[in-house]
Amino acid sequence: MKKLLSAATLAAATLLGASAMAADKPSEVQIGITAFLSGPASVFGEPAKAAAEMIIEDMNANGGIGGVPVKAHFVDEGAGGEALLAEYRRLVQDVKVDAMFASISSGNCNKIAPLAEDLKILNLMWDCGTQRIFEENKYRYVFRTQANATPEMLSTVLYLLKTKPDFKTIAVVNQDYAWGRDSWAIFSTALKAMKPDVEVVAEFFPKFGTPDFSTEISRLQALRPDVILSTSWGGDLDTFVRQASQRGLTDTSTLVLPLAESSLERLGDALPAGHIVGARGDHYFLHPEKKDDAAFKAFVAAFKDKTGAYPIYPVFHISQALSAIKGAYEKAIAANGSQWPDHEQVVDAMEGLTFKGLGREVTIRADHQGVEDQLLGTTIRADGYNFAVLDNMMMFDGDAITTPVGQESIAWLSTLNADFMNSVKAEEFKH
Amino acid sequence: MNTQLFALAIFDGVAYAALVFLVAVGLTLIFGVLQILNVAHGSFYAIGAYATASLGGMVFAAGFSPYLAFPLMLIVAVLVGIALGGLIEQFLLKRIYVKEGALQLLVTFAVFMILEDVQRLVWGVQPYFESSALQALGNIKVLGITYTVYQLIVLPCIALAVLICLRLFLRRTLSGKLILAVTEDREAATSIGIDADRVYLLTFIVGAALAAFGGALASATTSVVPGMGADMIVLSFAVVATAGLGQIEGAALTALLIGLGRSFAVYLMPELQVLVPYLIMLLVLLVRPQGLFGIAQARKI
Repeated sequence: MKKLLSAATLAAATLLGASAMAADKPSEVQIGITAFLSGPASVFGEPAKAAAEMIIEDMNANGGIGGVPVKAHFVDEGAGGEALLAEYRRLVQDVKVDAMFASISSGNCNKIAPLAEDLKILNLMWDCGTQRIFEENKYRYVFRTQANATPEMLSTVLYLLKTKPDFKTIAVVNQDYAWGRDSWAIFSTALKAMKPDVEVVAEFFPKFGTPDFSTEISRLQALRPDVILSTSWGGDLDTFVRQASQRGLTDTSTLVLPLAESSLERLGDALPAGHIVGARGDHYFLHPEKKDDAAFKAFVAAFKDKTGAYPIYPVFHISQALSAIKGAYEKAIAANGSQWPDHEQVVDAMEGLTFKGLGREVTIRADHQGVEDQLLGTTIRADGYNFAVLDNMMMFDGDAITTPVGQESIAWLSTLNADFMNSVKAEEFKH
Repeated sequence: MNTQLFALAIFDGVAYAALVFLVAVGLTLIFGVLQILNVAHGSFYAIGAYATASLGGMVFAAGFSPYLAFPLMLIVAVLVGIALGGLIEQFLLKRIYVKEGALQLLVTFAVFMILEDVQRLVWGVQPYFESSALQALGNIKVLGITYTVYQLIVLPCIALAVLICLRLFLRRTLSGKLILAVTEDREAATSIGIDADRVYLLTFIVGAALAAFGGALASATTSVVPGMGADMIVLSFAVVATAGLGQIEGAALTALLIGLGRSFAVYLMPELQVLVPYLIMLLVLLVRPQGLFGIAQARKI
């Protein structure tokens, strides 16, 4: 009896506690966003920052989050690891932000994830791609609001195999740092599993930021591989594609460029028709399902107006993170009987959350990884654009191509075979 | 490795060496005369590239001939040399010639950092690409491989021309001889009436202009991006240190050595590509700490 009584008291106390948990509505929801605002990767950070400002302005004009306006603090990832961590701590501990969005660089995500866990701050990894974070560790406070390197590379392999099934030889030219190496490990594992007879004729990892690929291009011209993969991005990718097309390499080999959606406009006529381009998700300013949507069109036009360029994938990524935080607060408010939730309740709401940025819906899985569909296409020249746009697009279902919860990507990829390739559905779209 | 690949590796190496030499020679010239290791040299390179790419873009968009790119490169180089190099020498370096080497290094490093931000303010962070000059000259097929005329022929010729002109300038003209005299012994030169301040200014302008010229020529072949100056300055230091500080012909030979080493690495062991310039530097400095062509200096009391 005594035991029962104390259990009842405990239950009552918990109930009381729950209702007392309703936090006061703050004057604003503060978000710290890390992005490269200097250095080569600022080609991603600057558009994302511009987009974040536009989206937040729009959010605040429409009631913010649960009636509370949103305020963003930006941190430059280009300042270096130590400075970034110090600034991260300052925003969490002194400015007392409600959530952090970090970061673009996978290296920075690796450092920040444990720090976020220590500081008990909700951290959305809004752009970084390393698949390892949730495969090697468990976190309570860290989530990723987009896909990771594995579905990005796997969908590229699938697109290549579906559109060009008879190719025999491949070469790779990736940047010499974690992303260049990891993406090739994922790509080549998946490729060898599904098409074991492919021959890798050359592997080049030129220095990050290299200004000159002439020697690699001479070598590739002598080797004549059917396919050349490059997961490079930014100025490196632009330089490689331009030097390759200047010297006719694009006439003899098919380029496979999983990040080239972010370079299409800059490359202009340097990227000819017939090459494979990816977008790190379903990110494309002419998104086949959204290009006629009024809100999407208005955003693209406003963005072009503000920055002089069409939105690229980091813009979509930041829109997803902002939509996720809004969704998490709204879910937590609803679960809390319309009261303003505390931080832990918002973190609880993230798991299983489905949200929608500029592209298709994304869902957060049990391991905190976002499940996102992948769009790839082949370049064509089309009226109205003085740069290559995408045709023969395929959209791959995120669930099928994301490493199952609890498994490690490379091990999982090596179990795939040709049947898997046929089992993954691809929705097709024309320009 | 057959003869075809051997020949290709040599072509690639020479083309690469030409650009590296143009930047390194300015750096070594400035060191030879001013005894300052100028980190801001990388900024002159980057600004030369940015200015050429952006001005070139405007000029060609207006419908002018792409061949105008070549005079434009020269104009940009001279302007950067005079406007930027001249101002920095006059208002900054001039005040610190008597200070310690470490302080001088820090000051030029500070200038480099400031100029990095200036580039971001002026040109933003998006890569620039303006290859009209390269495209105008077309391609050439050698041993079944397509090369651009610009990289295979024009760049090495320009590098050679710069080397010859610089040599003639230093040995045959009055200004050149004054520079050599001040390099040899500043005190003695001053005592016989040579205006060392003027010589310093002239040298710094020429050195800066050479770096900007290197950037201008490079802009036709590559994306002009933030941070390109930092990469170039590190490589140039390696060339200059390997050659021996202040050695112009030495810089040419070392650039060639490093260019060839790098291209052979791509053909034989791509993993070593990044390491090759520094391996060469390490080996040379182990055997000859003063550099391949450096002269061990007697300490002046």
